[in-house]
Order: sequence, then structure tokens, then C-alpha cells
Amino acid sequence: MAATFKFELVSPERVLMSSDAEQVVVPGVEGQFTVLPDHAPVISTLAPGVIQVTTPDAKKGIFVQSGFADVTGDSLTILAERAFIVDEVDPRQIQEELDAAQKALESADDDEARNHIGRAIEELKALHAEA
Amino acid sequence: MASLKDLRNRINSVKATRKITKAMQMVAAAKLRRAQEAAEAARPYAVRMDTVLANLARAVTDTNSASPLLVGTGKSDVHLLIMMTASRGLCGGFNTNIAKLVRVHARKLLSEGKQVKIIAVGRKGAENLRRDFGQHIIERIDMSGMKFVGFEKAAEIGDKVMAMFEAGEFDVATMFFSEFKSVISQQPTALQLIPAHIPETDGSEKSSLGDAVYEYEPEEDAILDYLLKRNISTQIFRGLLENAASEQGARMSAMDSATRNATEMIDALTITYNRQRQAQITKELIEIISGAEAL
Repeated sequence: MAATFKFELVSPERVLMSSDAEQVVVPGVEGQFTVLPDHAPVISTLAPGVIQVTTPDAKKGIFVQSGFADVTGDSLTILAERAFIVDEVDPRQIQEELDAAQKALESADDDEARNHIGRAIEELKALHAEA
Repeated sequence: MASLKDLRNRINSVKATRKITKAMQMVAAAKLRRAQEAAEAARPYAVRMDTVLANLARAVTDTNSASPLLVGTGKSDVHLLIMMTASRGLCGGFNTNIAKLVRVHARKLLSEGKQVKIIAVGRKGAENLRRDFGQHIIERIDMSGMKFVGFEKAAEIGDKVMAMFEAGEFDVATMFFSEFKSVISQQPTALQLIPAHIPETDGSEKSSLGDAVYEYEPEEDAILDYLLKRNISTQIFRGLLENAASEQGARMSAMDSATRNATEMIDALTITYNRQRQAQITKELIEIISGAEAL
């Protein structure tokens, strides 16, 4: 069995996931990075995208809109405001998210926000196509 | 002296009241448990946020270039008071206590010649302050009809506050809510949101990170900025949750004492009723006996 570290996904409302993981791919704002055990401490904000978690028994994809990751040697904590597990989500919910994002895009007033939402929409569309 | 029929009616009406207060107490107890669970579930996020924020804020040395969310605008002319209350009454001194704290605060600020703006979350607080500070209430946010407190609502309020801050509409923001200490004790609390109040972390938190130096992506300032904005919504969310739990706790104890008072009242009324009934029987007997003797 490969070495593991503690992975936690926390939303403001509750702890969404807490388990041991062998490897986690995180969509950082400056590019994706993979966290393995004993990773150097990093704090990074997240871009909209899918976090891929490899636990000893399963592989899971989790979609996040925004948030940040706190990596220490033996743990990875992701604080995300909106997140859902890709396999368990209802396609309708993705559609709803997509609609909300489109609306947000129209009312966004600076380039940075537009960029961020634009990426979220692309990711959501990709998910929708899969589902 | 009330007649027997009047007394009977009183007793029945107090009994009906007791049924209602008893039911409300039980409903509040069930809701309280849920509210407490929600507050508990939200804690890890807030704790994490505080830790990271404290670590980052400690590293800020140059106060001139730091975010105004952290160090303030350099003025304190216009104060924004965010008052959180319930949208229902019948919960003892809960709403009044929060409104009282806001009132004292606002009076003090006004006497110092500052400007005061109030955002009232929940209906009851706004009603309470309408007479004295009606013209200061710039916004009312209705929370009634919401079964539970969602983060979306907190984020909505947070965005509103942020937009106002960026437009320069106030310098200092303070949030008023009731801190949930225990079922029987809720403490009205004022918490400063802007400039951010950075919690002190003790040494033990730091040692868990070892002496490792964090790498930041993007650079520290940008992350700190991002986190400070998030922090507003998080704090508001925390306030709303604490408030929801406190409200149910306050209602539960208020209804508990109301139920007890009703029981006492029923006992007292029943004794009076029985005495009167006895007196009437005695009187009737005397009338019959003295009538028979007269013959």
C-alpha cells in the first residue's frame, strides 16, 4: 500500500469529505499541481475545476468553484465554498450551476471576475457533456 | 368576586395557553438541536480560515500597502452596524438585548459626531429601533421563511457589505449578534468585521506546522486579499448560525418559564374555584336549614 496523507474538504456548512489519500490533483490558480505525501507546505487559491482524489480504495473527482488549498507535510485541507462530487451529482444540478454562472458572467464587472467565471463555465460544460 | 363560571373560564383559557407554550418549547428544543449541529458543522471551516489568516496577517509588515480590509481606511467617520436579530418574537429578551446593545453603540458613536448606518438582518431588530434610529437604517434583510441558514445568504450579505466598502460608504463595520454560550445563556456580542479583527493564535497552532516555510501561489498579498474578502462572509455566516442557535435557546427557556407560570396560575385558580364552590354549598345548606327551622 502506498503512503497516504490526510485529505479534508471543508465547506462553510460542513466537512464534505475527510479521508486518507494517496494522491490529490489540485487545480491551482497558477496551474494544476499534484499533492503526494510529504509535499512541501503550500497555500494556493483554486481555479474552478476538478480535484482528483486517489484514496486507497477509490478514485473520486470533486468539482470546486473557488476556494483555497492548504498543504502541509502530512495533510491537505481544501476550503471551498461550493463543491460537489462529480459521480454523485445530478445532471440537473450542473445545469443549474451553469445557469447561475452565466448570470454571474453577465453581471461581472472586471476582467478578473469574468475570467474566473468563464473558466467555471467551461469546466461545467465539460462535466455536463460527460453526465 | 368572580363567579364560579368566570373562574372556570379563566382556568380553561390558562390551560389552553399552557398547551401552546409547552408545544412551542418542544419545537424550540428540536430546532435548537439542529441549529447547534449546524453551528458545529461550520466550525472547522472558520477555524481553518482563522489559522491561515492569522499566519498571513502576522507576516504583513508594511501597513501602508496592506489591504484596507485589514488595516482600515485610516478614518473612522462612518460606522456600519450590522444588527442580526430573529424574525419572530416570543423568545424572551433575545431581540431586545441585541437591539439594546446596538442602541448603546449607536448613541455613543453619534455623540462622538460620527455617522451611523445600520443594516438590520431579521425583522424584529428593525422594529425595535425604528423609532429612535429609523433614518439610520439603510437596509433591511428579511430572514423569515428560511428553514435553515445557508451560506448563500451569508455570502449575499457579505457581498453587499463589500460593495458598500469598496464604494467608500463606510469606514468601520461591526456585526452584532448573540453568542451562543449555553441553552440558558446567550451573550449579545459586537464583533468588528472591517478592519478585520485577527484572532490571536497560541503557540501550539504554529508548532503543528513545524518550522516549515509556506510557499504561496499566487503571492502572499493576493492570497491575503482573497481571504480577507472571504472572511467577511464567513464571519457573517458564523454570526447567523450562532444567532439561530441562540434564538432557539432563548425561546426554549422563555417558553419553559411561561409554561411553569401557567401551571402555577392554574393551581392558584383551582384553589380559589374549589373554595368558592365549597362556600356556595355551605351557604345553600345554611339557607335550607334555617328555612326548615323557621317553620
